[in-house]
Amino acid sequence: MNSAYTVPAVALVVVATVLVGAFGLRISRTTSDFYVASRTVGPRLNAAAISGEYLSAASFLGIAGLVLVQGPDMLWYPVGYTAGYLVLLLFVAAPLRRSGAYTLPDFAEARLASQAVRRLAGAFVVGVGWLYLLPQLQGAGLTLSVLTDAPDWLGGVIVAAVVVATVAAGGMRSITFVQAFQYWLKLTALLVPALFLVLAWQHDGADRPVFDEPAALREQRVVRVDDTLDLRLGHPLGVTATGTVDGRRYDGEHVDLPAGTHRVDRGTELALTAGDPVPAADHGSNGMSTALAEGREQRPLYATYGLILATFLGTMGLPHVVVRFYTSPHGVAARRTTVVVLALVGAFYLLPPVYGALGRLYAPELALTGDADAAVLLLPDRMIGGLGGDLLGALVAGGAFAAFLSTASGVTMAVAGVLTQDVLPSRGVGHFRLGTALAMAVPLAASMLVGGLPVADAVGLAFAVSASSFCPLLVLGIWWRRLTPPGAAAGMLVGGGSALAAVAATMVGHPAGGGLYALLAWPALWSVPLAFLTMVLVSLATPGKVPAGTPAILARFHLPEELAGGQVRGAAPDVPEEGEDDTWARVR
Amino acid sequence: MGAGEMSAFVAGLCVAALPLLAAGFWLGRRTARTRSLAGLGTPVEHATFETLHTASLAAPPLRAGLTEETARKAARRLRTLLGTDALCLTDHEAVLAWDGAGEHHRAQIVERVAGPLETGRGEAFRLTCEEPDCPLRWAVVAPLTVDDRVHGALVACAPGESAVLVRAAGEVARWVSVQLELADLDRSRTRLIEAEIKALRAQISPHFVFNSLAVIASFVRTDPERARELLLEFADFTRYSFRRHGDFTTLADELHAIDHYLALVRARFGDRLSVTLQIAPEVLPVTLPFLCLQPLVENAVKHGLEGRIVSAGGKCHIGITAQDAGAEALVVIEDDGAGMDPELLRRILAGEVGPSGGIGLGNVDERLRQVYGDDHGLVIETAVGAGMKITARLPKYQPGVHSGGRMPAER
Repeated sequence: MNSAYTVPAVALVVVATVLVGAFGLRISRTTSDFYVASRTVGPRLNAAAISGEYLSAASFLGIAGLVLVQGPDMLWYPVGYTAGYLVLLLFVAAPLRRSGAYTLPDFAEARLASQAVRRLAGAFVVGVGWLYLLPQLQGAGLTLSVLTDAPDWLGGVIVAAVVVATVAAGGMRSITFVQAFQYWLKLTALLVPALFLVLAWQHDGADRPVFDEPAALREQRVVRVDDTLDLRLGHPLGVTATGTVDGRRYDGEHVDLPAGTHRVDRGTELALTAGDPVPAADHGSNGMSTALAEGREQRPLYATYGLILATFLGTMGLPHVVVRFYTSPHGVAARRTTVVVLALVGAFYLLPPVYGALGRLYAPELALTGDADAAVLLLPDRMIGGLGGDLLGALVAGGAFAAFLSTASGVTMAVAGVLTQDVLPSRGVGHFRLGTALAMAVPLAASMLVGGLPVADAVGLAFAVSASSFCPLLVLGIWWRRLTPPGAAAGMLVGGGSALAAVAATMVGHPAGGGLYALLAWPALWSVPLAFLTMVLVSLATPGKVPAGTPAILARFHLPEELAGGQVRGAAPDVPEEGEDDTWARVR
Repeated sequence: MGAGEMSAFVAGLCVAALPLLAAGFWLGRRTARTRSLAGLGTPVEHATFETLHTASLAAPPLRAGLTEETARKAARRLRTLLGTDALCLTDHEAVLAWDGAGEHHRAQIVERVAGPLETGRGEAFRLTCEEPDCPLRWAVVAPLTVDDRVHGALVACAPGESAVLVRAAGEVARWVSVQLELADLDRSRTRLIEAEIKALRAQISPHFVFNSLAVIASFVRTDPERARELLLEFADFTRYSFRRHGDFTTLADELHAIDHYLALVRARFGDRLSVTLQIAPEVLPVTLPFLCLQPLVENAVKHGLEGRIVSAGGKCHIGITAQDAGAEALVVIEDDGAGMDPELLRRILAGEVGPSGGIGLGNVDERLRQVYGDDHGLVIETAVGAGMKITARLPKYQPGVHSGGRMPAER
């Protein structure tokens, strides 16, 4: 791939991000026009910002890779990622905004008036944030290494450095504009090449892709296997091998592999002929798309439901999404914003499956090498070629880096905020920098350390943890007046903790497969109900601990702002009760 | 084990370590709080420690006043303190909390307590009971008095008559009374702070009203349209500053009020006053105490134009910046005016100099400290002749601060 255009494109995206972040559009206004300067962010701008922050590496690269490798089953991913906002819209958006909370720990404190629950929520924010950052850094590494032959870790380090530098230097002063800019950049970077690719495909006169059949090669292709893997063949296959297959060395000889499993060693090159079905790789693939394939094949229905539940309910607990809602001036605006987000995100998610489908036609061997995530990046070059292909490829690469940068900076800011506020001892403004560095250092170290880990699933796992900890907290906190601090804490610990444990077990264990593996790899289906159940039961068991101002607080959550002012006064109890902490919110 | 598995294992460990760390942190805090006193001093000293410790545990709930919830929490500790079979706390109407055996005596106790509650004098009496194995045969009533008013009673029940128990119950009741008095004190302190916040609520200065009306009057003949506009600005500004609902407002509303204010000021000073705004839209929904930025701007206008009125064409520039800084909004108001001696400013803020020095700054500083805590006061950088830069840090979220409700937060 020609890096003459991609490197400038990536550099341009980085510079543009820094510049828009530092100067913004409105911040440099030097008139005394108060009306313009003090206009709040409208739903459309804010929605673009939320979408920009939300669409991450997993969306930009991962979905196309998943569709390429595993076919149309994977369309549940974009559906789930989008539908999460529907749940957010219906149950959470407006009350969350009216609660006045900026972060999830703030919400916990506002609703339950408990420092302990606040700290617990903070811990989960950090955990979910780190799980979410990991694949962003790994995706950046993959992108850069595919595009420029740079070492795997370089992309992650660049993203981490840019994010820490801009965030710590206070450079994200107009983050709304940065993120909105990133959304349109990402959409353009996928949409324009997609149009050309579809045209090229039409022009090519190729068959319409048939998803149910295994992906087949259209021309002869040499595949280099970077990491030892097991090939599963449904039918006998003839290849020309250079390297080691099944323990035997070959040097450009023709081999007929019978149906069954074959071990291909690292460094082997396989020349496949046109029309051959592409065999699937078992293990050792290090992409974002292939990791949990085994579990899914064994329990497809269960896995699909697990995925749906995690993405539907997990979106509302993503720390970087929640803080954006604060920018909306009131609850109704927050709701309108969510509707626009649904439209924007939905429009974006139409595109990755196109790349996945075309990838199955034009670059099916990617499924073999485990670089399926690179499909989006490689297709322009593969299908169009020449200067046009290079330029489109550069555009896609720039968009991919925008995805890493925007999501990583959003999550980093959210995690750093919690670290500075709730974990590190308070020492003024400069302290935020330390928090930022810490927020990024841990996932960066992890991404270096665990290079071969199936990390895209970390996004799915982050969703699962978020769905099992924050979803019950938010939904019950907003809709159930008998929720108590011990109940909330227990539910978050049991649900989120067990989801985290399942995540850890999946990452460590390679369990031998079977039902247990599926259960652990897709924890949301049992951990979310478990969290809800624990929260409800423990709350019912501790009726005396319902926070004193609960009716007033819920009235504020649910009534429009103009009404709530009077209501809060009327519904408040006369004497505040003393909580376990001094910071008990006094409602009068 | 291959390299991939190894790294996967490490990653798993990292993830597994998270909940473990959290649990350890929690346990550590838990155990640190209740350090064991065993092995310290002689047995007598040990017993003293134990008693003091139990008493200190009972104190926090009582400091919130006498309610069912607090009585329930305290009764358990108090019974340990007295070592009786049953203990209850009552108010004038009912038993608030019963700890220990024999709860069927509730009604009887309420009946018998009425007398002591009336007189405010302690009493001991025999309990009649149908149940043969009930251990409670005798009860001591000790009234709880706050400021000479009887609030309730502490009743200790025992199997038999005991002078020691009568004395001990009396002492414990006195101790509980002291705690309740402290609770009363707490409540009056809260009320005081509320009253103070109300009193501190910034008022627009009468000079401003006179000056504005004079300026408007000057336009009435020459430029009636301008006069009408200014009158409307004046109406908007006064409506905002006289509004009655809520002690808090949003940054957007406060900026609008500042806009109206500056329109009137500009009418008076013309183009000698220029204003630069840099507002990050993310911080516009931030909630802040009502009228706490306008006085700062008023101050900047005053300082900026001070000493320049004589010299013709003396211009003043005011900059208003609101930045997004993570969980806080950073508001900076600066002018390039006369500035101030830092020592004098310190004395003004400490309240040592009379109101002529500038009540605005001190008032705003005090309100910010009361709402957000002492580390959120104004930061003022100034020197004589070097202008003034005032920085306020406003948390985006603070428990009890809502632009709708009227909720003073106490920290």
